[in-house]
Amino acid sequence: MYRTRRGRLTGIAYLAPAVLFVLVFTAYPLGQMIWMSFHNWSLITPPRYVGLANYRRAFGDGQFWVSFAFTLKYTAIITPILIVGGYLLALLTSQNSRMRRFTRTTVFIPVVIGLGVSSLLWYWLFSTDFGLVNRALQDLGVIDKPVLWLGVDADRSNLAIIASVTWKVIGFGMILFVGAIQAIPTEIHEASLVDGASYWQRVTRVILPLTLRTVLVVTLVSVIGSLLAFDQFYIMTAGQPQNETATSVFYVYLNSFPYLRLGYGAALSLILALTILAFTVVQLLLTRRSHA
Amino acid sequence: MTATVALRRSRTVAARSRPRRARYLLGALCIAICTVMLLPLLMSVLASVKPTAEAAASPPTYLPHGLSLDSYERLWTYQQGLPTYLANSLGTALLTIAFTLLLTIPAAYALARFPIPGKEVIFVFLLLALIVPYQALLTPMFLLFARVGLTNTLVGLAILHTAIQLPLSLYVLRNSFSAVPRELEEAAITDGASSWKVLLRICVPSARPAIVTVALFAFIMSWNEFLGALVLMSRGSSFTLPLILAAARTETSLGGTDWGMLQAGITISIIPCVLVYLLLQRYYVTGLMSGAVK
Repeated sequence: MYRTRRGRLTGIAYLAPAVLFVLVFTAYPLGQMIWMSFHNWSLITPPRYVGLANYRRAFGDGQFWVSFAFTLKYTAIITPILIVGGYLLALLTSQNSRMRRFTRTTVFIPVVIGLGVSSLLWYWLFSTDFGLVNRALQDLGVIDKPVLWLGVDADRSNLAIIASVTWKVIGFGMILFVGAIQAIPTEIHEASLVDGASYWQRVTRVILPLTLRTVLVVTLVSVIGSLLAFDQFYIMTAGQPQNETATSVFYVYLNSFPYLRLGYGAALSLILALTILAFTVVQLLLTRRSHA
Repeated sequence: MTATVALRRSRTVAARSRPRRARYLLGALCIAICTVMLLPLLMSVLASVKPTAEAAASPPTYLPHGLSLDSYERLWTYQQGLPTYLANSLGTALLTIAFTLLLTIPAAYALARFPIPGKEVIFVFLLLALIVPYQALLTPMFLLFARVGLTNTLVGLAILHTAIQLPLSLYVLRNSFSAVPRELEEAAITDGASSWKVLLRICVPSARPAIVTVALFAFIMSWNEFLGALVLMSRGSSFTLPLILAAARTETSLGGTDWGMLQAGITISIIPCVLVYLLLQRYYVTGLMSGAVK
């Protein structure tokens, strides 16, 4: 179709606006960021070429490592919770009875609300004097005086934020796992039933191996999302105490905007982008294979 | 053959009758899970209708002892007033939908149907935003927008949101256009229809579910997006809903945070997302599957 010269030109015309858009609003900023990362620039003074100094500075910057390590810790804790939890929820709700469908819809509701807004909601729930978490724990006799959840102790803040984000996004993995489980042909289920396999045998020998690719892809998507965490920490702890809970994106934000260290912020962005790229490449390789 | 069928039937019957208790347990588990998921939302809505004094009480009450819309009234007139923030959020979301569709429908059609040299390379280039997270590009974006006067404008924020949303939309639409039967289009072309007419009269109507999906994702992303808005919008009058609520959280002038008003704002932010999700759930879930996993 449209195999004429004129057809080809029409095709290019249809494609041009999108190409131009990506050129101006994605490729150009990317190029400028790379350029900026080799300069010292604070908006007030003109940019000055400094070579790799910004990158060297990052490796000697204590806060860069604190942020990076904290982000990794957050990712390492929340990922297994989201994947295992999401998978168990998918096993529970993958059949299409009314109650299971209702549960699936309900678990997915927080996924569609904003992370910023859900963080504000949990900021209130975890508030020391006004929050229902402390009230409920006191009424249940678990604690006898209100706990300072957010912004005082890094690990306790992390725990509270992980609980809130788990509530917010666990449905994402679940819904994709349900899709993968439902795509398993019924004959395979029936065959394993005929063979007398117990439920857990079917899960570990049949369902899990056949949905493994989805599990890997969702794990990668989830890891990438966690490495880019910002909203929940900005809103719930503002990086406190002493920037111990400032994630990598948070630290990039602090350097670029309040501190106006544009060159240094760009170098940090690029380090972050390259870290993410490693995971994205694996994800794309895994998803590409499904076409073959 | 008959033996297997009989065997299978007996096993299914056994499987059905044996674990009646297990089924009740699973039902209870489902109810427990739904409660955990809905409770935070319910508590927020309930807190938003508590009278002013009760909303600020410490320790907090579980259920409101009286009903009042005071919190909503305070929100209505807070700073620039709720209507301004609602209009900013809604305006940005609608512009994002418009930009995304205007750019990706023709582009996806071209990629699905036209023999363009280097098509695969162009496609990968258009997916650039998938490879570079936008969080890393915000500083140069801000500088670019500042130079051309797009900071603090809805159009500027919508452009950023479109850049974020473009890869997924293009991907979903290209797949959908590729699945439209070519015979229909070929017949229209033989009748002398231009490619533009073919796109509007045949491809777009056939790909309606995909277009709804793309618009839905663009709306939810734009309505909820926080960091980009935080960077691009510095003037109070151009704040979106999440920004003004985050600012209200740290308000300390008159005896700390106004919790009731915060919950009113959260309730208002959540309602559109939950509504469009419940109404268009089918599109949302299929979009998620084709976008994230395939």
